[in-house]
Amino acid sequence: MSLPTDGVRPLKYVDALREAVEQEMERDPDVFLFGLDVDDHKAIQGSTQGLLAKFGAERVFTTPLSEDAMTGVAIGAAMAGMRPIHVHIRNDFLMLCMNQLVNIAAKAHYMYGGSVKVPMVVRSMIGKSWGQGAQHSQALHSMFMHVPGLKVVAPSNAHDAKGCMITAVRDNNPVIFVEHRLLYSTESAVPEEPYTVEFGRARLCSRGDDVTVVAVSNMVIECLRAQELLSEIGIHAEVIDPISLVPLDIETIHASAMRTRRLVVVDNAWTCCGASAEIVARVLEMAGPRAGIEVRRMGFETTTCPPSPWLEAHFYPNPSTVAKTIHSMVRGTDAEWEPDPDRVRLAYQVQFNGPF
Amino acid sequence: MDVAISSADTLDGTDIQRIYRSLRRIRRIEEEVARVYPTDRIKSPVHLSIGQEAISVGVIDLLGAEDVVGGSYRGHAAYLAKGASLPAMVAEMYGKATGCNAGKGGSMHLIAAAQNVIGASAVVGTHIPVACGHALALKRRRSSAVVAVFFGDGAVEEGVFYESLNFASLHKLPVLFICENNGFAIHEPLAKRWATDRLCERVATFGIPAERVADGDVFKIRSLAGKFIADMRAGGGPGFLECLTYRWREHVGPSEDYDAGYRQRSDLEKWIANDQVARLGGMVDGTVRAQIDTEIEQEISAAFAFAESSPIPETKELYTHVFAD
Repeated sequence: MSLPTDGVRPLKYVDALREAVEQEMERDPDVFLFGLDVDDHKAIQGSTQGLLAKFGAERVFTTPLSEDAMTGVAIGAAMAGMRPIHVHIRNDFLMLCMNQLVNIAAKAHYMYGGSVKVPMVVRSMIGKSWGQGAQHSQALHSMFMHVPGLKVVAPSNAHDAKGCMITAVRDNNPVIFVEHRLLYSTESAVPEEPYTVEFGRARLCSRGDDVTVVAVSNMVIECLRAQELLSEIGIHAEVIDPISLVPLDIETIHASAMRTRRLVVVDNAWTCCGASAEIVARVLEMAGPRAGIEVRRMGFETTTCPPSPWLEAHFYPNPSTVAKTIHSMVRGTDAEWEPDPDRVRLAYQVQFNGPF
Repeated sequence: MDVAISSADTLDGTDIQRIYRSLRRIRRIEEEVARVYPTDRIKSPVHLSIGQEAISVGVIDLLGAEDVVGGSYRGHAAYLAKGASLPAMVAEMYGKATGCNAGKGGSMHLIAAAQNVIGASAVVGTHIPVACGHALALKRRRSSAVVAVFFGDGAVEEGVFYESLNFASLHKLPVLFICENNGFAIHEPLAKRWATDRLCERVATFGIPAERVADGDVFKIRSLAGKFIADMRAGGGPGFLECLTYRWREHVGPSEDYDAGYRQRSDLEKWIANDQVARLGGMVDGTVRAQIDTEIEQEISAAFAFAESSPIPETKELYTHVFAD
């Protein structure tokens, strides 16, 4: 699965999100959008811009904070046949929704013997830099991966953001939609007409025979830069974007790792009990003991995210740390190599100057 | 709120018979569940409604088929009063494939989509906002139907209860909140849990009319619910009803537990003296009552026989319905 390019309009991630919701709301009168600030002048960094004017306050409305009850309201409305999109400005706030998401949304279809469905989308943003700190920069998608009944999707580019949002709205299950704030300004070719991006089908972002790199959310961008730097010294990385974490296209990842015999999973999250742990474990279980696949996991450092940029710089994987990790796997730990420091910096990070 | 409290005077004989039948039917079903429970054929923890029937019956008597009912894990009475299938309920408790949840819910999560019983939750209070979501959908679709959601006194200690009250009032949702205040959260009395018992005052500050029925009178409950329901159908917002009541049996399970020390049998005796099943039974002609009672026993026998003879779920059912198609 490759991204379209020629002759297709470039669009920012944030506008792709908005366009997807607009098109789905036009298509289906049961779709509605709600959450704190979806109808204000900032419109969730523009991702809900213009929707109130177009669809009115019955279909686009703010809420009291009350994340717990508002999640329950979304679930009830979904059970009654509507298709809510519930927006949170931060992933961290989903902890206040956990009870409803885990105990009701995830279980209702099963626990009620298939007699109800819960078609809802839970949007939330992950912060990074600009002093976001401990409670505004967490990426907690693995907590939702743990519970059967929830789908989890983390598109890394504007094309997939639009296609995944349309898929999520049409899906008859609760979908946790993970958006990285730094991706909002990134552009890719996005068709104007509605289209879907299938869940459970990974995207091969670059081909290579030396190492398989699975990257989640914005780590796809970071890993593709690492892949460029490595290719210049003759190391060829196969970068895979799973797009959706539940369902997970483990077959594509496994097949690649069986060929390269090296697997690095780079998550925009902690590694402990995380998506990276799950992906590595499943590949190794499938591959068996004789496959000889060398594995590494990369993610947040095992600490709390600090606001100070001098500390925060060491908190995240980046193209340099990813490239050096892969270099040591392929060439050995004794081989010294340092990528060009000017080229490991990514525009989306350098240019970002808030606000969130 | 100034509401005339009706008595049996305003109801005709058919109404009384219907209400008696519903009360008696729930009481006898629950007693039969309790009788069978020690045989281990019921494969689900049961939170019996015995003693609390009048609340579900009084409210739901005024609801139509299109109206929606949500309940808690102590939800047998609401499920049955709304007209949901008794055989499917018993089969569900037996863990059979023919259960109302296909054997995947159990006693605490009874659902009947066709009768607009929207399910029940065992995590206290979690079903309250879900009921509000149903009410939001009804309002958006310009329906005149309403939602009645039942919960215990423990649920009003959850933050989500107050969040739900605020949202329901803000959006004038057609949802009637009914607190079945039996005075205990598992074994802990109100005095150890509530700073004050002025629950209706607390609710009223959200702009929601709130009424309390202290004596379990099914006619008062029905009358107050009727006023709230009529207001909601006319486009008014939510209402709140606190009904004091008493759980005759243990929190979970079939037995009495007055030897446990956390409450006194004398408290039960006051409620037995005011038992609404017996009260309404005394208002029904003896021959008619005998006929009703006989029909109830036959229905219960048939329901348990249905559950006994129903197939167990196939193993593949463990994996179906994790995700909807």
